[in-house]
Parts: sequence; C-alpha cells; structure tokens
Amino acid sequence: MEYFTQLFLGGLTRGSIYALIALGYTMVYGIIELINFTHGEIYMIGAFTALITASVLTLYGFNELSILVMASLVAVIYSSAYGYTIEKIAYKPLRHAPRLSPLISAIGMSIFLQNYVLLAQTSDFVPFPALVPEFAFMKAYEHIFSSAELMILLTTTVVMIILSCVIKFTKTGMAMRATAQDRKMAMLVGVDVNRIISVTFIIGSALAAVGGVLIASHIGQINFYIGFIAGIKAFTAAVLGGIGSIPGAVLGGFVLGWTESFATGYVSSDYEDVFAFALLVLILIFRPAGILGKSKSEKV
Amino acid sequence: MQKLSEIKKSLLVSFWFMFLTFPIMVIRVNPIEKIVQWRWRNLLLVGMGSFILSFVWRYMIRQKESGMKKTGADDLQSMPLIDRVRKEQRLYIPILVVLSVFGILFPFIFSVYQVNIMTTALMYVVLGLGLNIVVGLAGLLDLGYVAFYAVGAYTYGLINHHFGLGFWAVLPAGAFMGALFGIFLGFPVLRLRGDYLAIVTLGFGEIIRLVLENWNDFSFGPSGIANIERPSFFGMQLSLQNATIYIYFLMIALALFTVFVVNRLQNSRIGRAWVALREDEIACQSMGIDKTKTKLSAFALGATWAGMMGVFFAAKTTFINPASFTFLESAIILSIVVLGGMGSIAGVIIGAFVLILLPEYLRAFSDYRMLLFGAILVIMMVFRPQGIISNVRRTYKFKGTNIHGDQNK
Repeated sequence: MEYFTQLFLGGLTRGSIYALIALGYTMVYGIIELINFTHGEIYMIGAFTALITASVLTLYGFNELSILVMASLVAVIYSSAYGYTIEKIAYKPLRHAPRLSPLISAIGMSIFLQNYVLLAQTSDFVPFPALVPEFAFMKAYEHIFSSAELMILLTTTVVMIILSCVIKFTKTGMAMRATAQDRKMAMLVGVDVNRIISVTFIIGSALAAVGGVLIASHIGQINFYIGFIAGIKAFTAAVLGGIGSIPGAVLGGFVLGWTESFATGYVSSDYEDVFAFALLVLILIFRPAGILGKSKSEKV
Repeated sequence: MQKLSEIKKSLLVSFWFMFLTFPIMVIRVNPIEKIVQWRWRNLLLVGMGSFILSFVWRYMIRQKESGMKKTGADDLQSMPLIDRVRKEQRLYIPILVVLSVFGILFPFIFSVYQVNIMTTALMYVVLGLGLNIVVGLAGLLDLGYVAFYAVGAYTYGLINHHFGLGFWAVLPAGAFMGALFGIFLGFPVLRLRGDYLAIVTLGFGEIIRLVLENWNDFSFGPSGIANIERPSFFGMQLSLQNATIYIYFLMIALALFTVFVVNRLQNSRIGRAWVALREDEIACQSMGIDKTKTKLSAFALGATWAGMMGVFFAAKTTFINPASFTFLESAIILSIVVLGGMGSIAGVIIGAFVLILLPEYLRAFSDYRMLLFGAILVIMMVFRPQGIISNVRRTYKFKGTNIHGDQNK
C-alpha cells in the first residue's frame, strides 16, 4: 500500500508539472489553432535562466529564500519575453498562411533554440541546485513524499487558481475567451486580437517557466534537450484532456502523470517515455477530441 | 525622417535582443569550480547583429508584401533561373551532360573521404524525395520519417547478423518492411487532421527509437550492431577504397531510379490524386477519390524509400545504433524538402546538396549546422514558403482553333 501511495503521489507531482506546461499549449491552441512546438523550449530556457541566476546569486552570497524568489522571477520574466518574441518572429507573419506553415516554422524555431542553448551554454547535463528548502514537518513522510514535491503541488495549485481567476474575471481574460471562440467576431466588437495573442503567449510561457524551475530543482539536473520530451508529454496531456480546454489540460496532466508513474512502477522503468507516446497515439486514434473536448465537424 | 524612425526601431530591436540573450549568451557558470564567466563580447555581437538583421528583416517583409500585390502579371519574368533552364532545351542538355560527366569522374578525381560525403548527400537526395511524396505531394506532415529509415537499417543489420544474408537479398526486404510499417502506422492515424498527424508520427518515431534502445535481446540496445557486410560486387569482396567507389555508383543508380519513379508517380493518376487531396480534401472526395487509400499509398510509398535507404545506410557505415535515428534526422530531411520546395523534384535534389554538402565543406560552420537548419525552416516559411524551386503547376493549354474568333487570343 505504501508503494501504491508513493506512486500515486509521484504521479500527482509529475502530473501537476505536465498540467502547468500543458496549459500553455492549450491556451495557444485555443486562440490561434497552432501546436506551439517551441513551448517545450521555453520551459527549458526558463530552467536555464533560473539556474544561471541562482548560480550567480549564490556566488554573491545571497540567502536561500531570496535566491529561490529571484531565480523564479527572472525565469518567468525571461520565458515570457522569449514567448513574446518567438510569436512575433515565427508566427505573426504566418497568420494567414496554410496550416502547415506555422507548424514547420515552429519546429524550426524549436531546433534553433535548442542549439542556441547548446552552443551558448553546454551540451552536458548541468547540476541544478535544490532551491526548495527542506520543511521540518515533512521529515516523517520523507520516504514517500518530499518537500520539493509538496512545493510543486502547492505552487501549481496556486498558479492554476490565479490563472482561472484571470481568465474568468478580468477584461483581458474575457477578451481571450472571445478570441478563442471567434477571432473575427472578437475583432468586430473591438478586441485587439494581436495584443490578446501576445498576452496568451506571455502567460503560457510564464507558466512553462514556473514548471521548469520546479521540476529542475526537483530532478536536480538539466540540459538543452529537456524541453523536447517535456514538450511532447505536455502536449499529450493537453490532447488527452481535450486541446483548447483549460480544465482539460489539468485533468490530462494528472492522467498522464499517473499513467507514467504506475506504468514505470509496476511494469518497467525502461519504457517510461514509450508509455507516454503510446498513450498519445491511442488517444488521438480513438478519441481525438480528448476527455473534455467536444468534437467539431468541419465547416465547408 | 523616415530613416531616423527606422534606425530608432532597429536600435530598439537590438536592445531587446541584447536583453533577451543576456543570461544565456553572456553568463556561463562552471558549477564545479564555482566560477562565473562573463562574455561581454557576445553581447556586443548580438547587439550589432540584431541591429543589422532587423533592417534586413523589415526590408524582406516589405518585399514580400509588395510581391503579394502584383502576383500573376509578370510570372514569366520573375521565373527563377532554374525553371528557365528546364524550359530551354539549348541549356538543359549541355548542363545535364556536364553534370553526368562530373558525376562519373568524381570518385576518380577526389579522395575516398570526398566520395563518402557525396554518397551521403545522394542518400539524403533519395530520403528527401521519399519524404517529398508524403509531405510535398500528399501534404501529410510526417515528423517520424526516420522511423522507417531505422526499420530498414535494422532489417538489414539483424538479418545480416543472424542469417548472414547479403545486401542485395535484403534490399527489397528493407523496402518491404518500410512499406509495411508505413501502412501499419498509416492505417489508424490517417483519419487525423494535419497537425495531429504530425505529432502522432513524431511520437511513433520516438517509440521506434526507444524500443530499439531498450529491447536489448532484440536490437542489442544502445551499443548497436557492428560488422555489417558491405554490398558485394558479384560475390567478390572489395577493398575499402573500391567498395566506397562501388557504393557511390550504386547510390547514383539508386538516386536516378528514384528520380525516375517519383517523376512518373507525380504525373500518374495517383500522383494527381495526392496533389488534389493536399489542396482540398472535401472537393477531392466529392470527385470520387478514396481518401484513405490515397493517403495510405503516399505513406507506404514514402516509407518504402526510407526503408531502402536504411538498408543502404547500414551497408555503407557497417555499424548502426539507435543514436543515428533521432528526431533531428527527421528534421534534417524535412528541412531538405522545405528548403528545396515542397513537391518539386529538382528543388529537393538541390536542397539536399545544399544542406548536406555546405556544412561538410564549411567545417567552421559544422557546429552551427543545426542552428542553421532551424533558422532556415523559419525563414523559408516566413519569406518563401514555396522553397527554392516552386512547384510549377501543370497547366493545360487548348491548342485547337478558337471558335469564337480572335478576341481571346
């Protein structure tokens, strides 16, 4: 039973990270119907920026808490800036192009960013400092649930609550929902669609950065390639829940997290990624609309 | 006034990029020795580079926009050089002769190393042409093309290892296995829409690689299969140098064969069905074309070439392991197709030579190879989505006498 609990909680943490990244996918897809391939790379850049900030601050002798806060903040700011810039360069000129063009452009951007980090930094795995402090009250449960994992769960919950409030209650959130429903109509009623698309990219990227910092400090090492796998898995989560739907992304993240956790725990840990990909393929074949998504028939 | 605001804009862009690249480009932390390295020179380079590039970028965007407005009218004049060469017999035949003489003499003039590089480039020509069927003609974005390549390579590697069968016996088997996997993957996923299809094929490619990496009993895991036989020349084993030249000529023959077949396919009934499907699925179906069958045939045929090239790759390098079949390989092949021009055979050939030979000969750039590939994909999509050579559409001209008099001449 303890093993089960451990796997369950492990899946929950994993899933909440996937959910954080998947939210970015789903929001972008909801608004411009594009699979944002660079999203995983933004997550990776967030992790790298946090690592660099943390290392520099450590050398100048800052204390633990301020490093955690500063590193996360810088990561969020930089990831958002990257998300914003990428949209302007690679997607905006292609807004009226055929569907495949922005997708190929996105793949190109993703390869570019990977190699940019590879060349400017390093191709090796870099150790990532454990930014999250050990809580004293968690000592008793250490073997099944660590402080870092608790931190991940808490942060993702808080972030998701904030996000849903923003989307539900603010004017920008309303404009986002309107744009997702019908871009032309939103334009007609005075929504600045270009601004809303930029805002969506910024928010999505910020979420990815939070995910990047949390998972990197939990796992303890990063390299330039982490974005690829994480991106595909988060995409799986988004599709699983029904792409374009925000609660769907969260649900999908948890389902994927548990699937992976239990499959690696009870079946084989060598095939961890295979399970995720297989789940993706199966979902797309049997229920392309996802768990919470509605299947649309195409209009002619 | 105009100039000043332009400069202001570019300055802004350059500051933005300096800010953006600051942590990644400037700071490098050595976590073991706890040293921070500040590389201010990079910041300067980024600033100057983005300042200049932003001018180019804006200029090209303007060119593109003004180009959009006057499409159609002066198509003939703006036709690229290569198209004009193809139209005019006078130029076409001498160029073809020069190229084929160069191709034949190449291994006798240059070193084994050069011949090897040329063979690799030719392999990518064939791979590009294969993927061109799927992506260019049928419009199905396949990001897992390398999976079929791997299937072919492992077919030869394993059969050769366990049963000792030679290259010639396995070549058709590799092609068949490629086609089989193409159908096996294609059957369930072809109902999906474009971008979902891209992701599923990507996932499939990764699954194949991960299985090869982890299933030690079957594929010998990450260490791969070594000592695979080279192709034999009527039962004779050749020396390394002769074998290289032999493989080069084999590859040329195979490439010519591929060009021939793909060219015939393109103009066949099924080729036209692929193009029609790419342009408009619903209209295509209402014309009575079986969507599933047509897509499946594109997938299977594309995979066939990948499978064949896989066998060839295994025979050429005599060693294969899963690390040769990563997503990056798929991305390179896709870049070839996109750069050359989706759907155009000549374009893909030129694209393959440019993308494979340039990094080989510009050694200084070889580190930046993938960076360039990524940038090429983005830039091509933004400024010239049709590629180096745009696929000229078949047009039919009515040659008979004009019934309604001469007004429409």
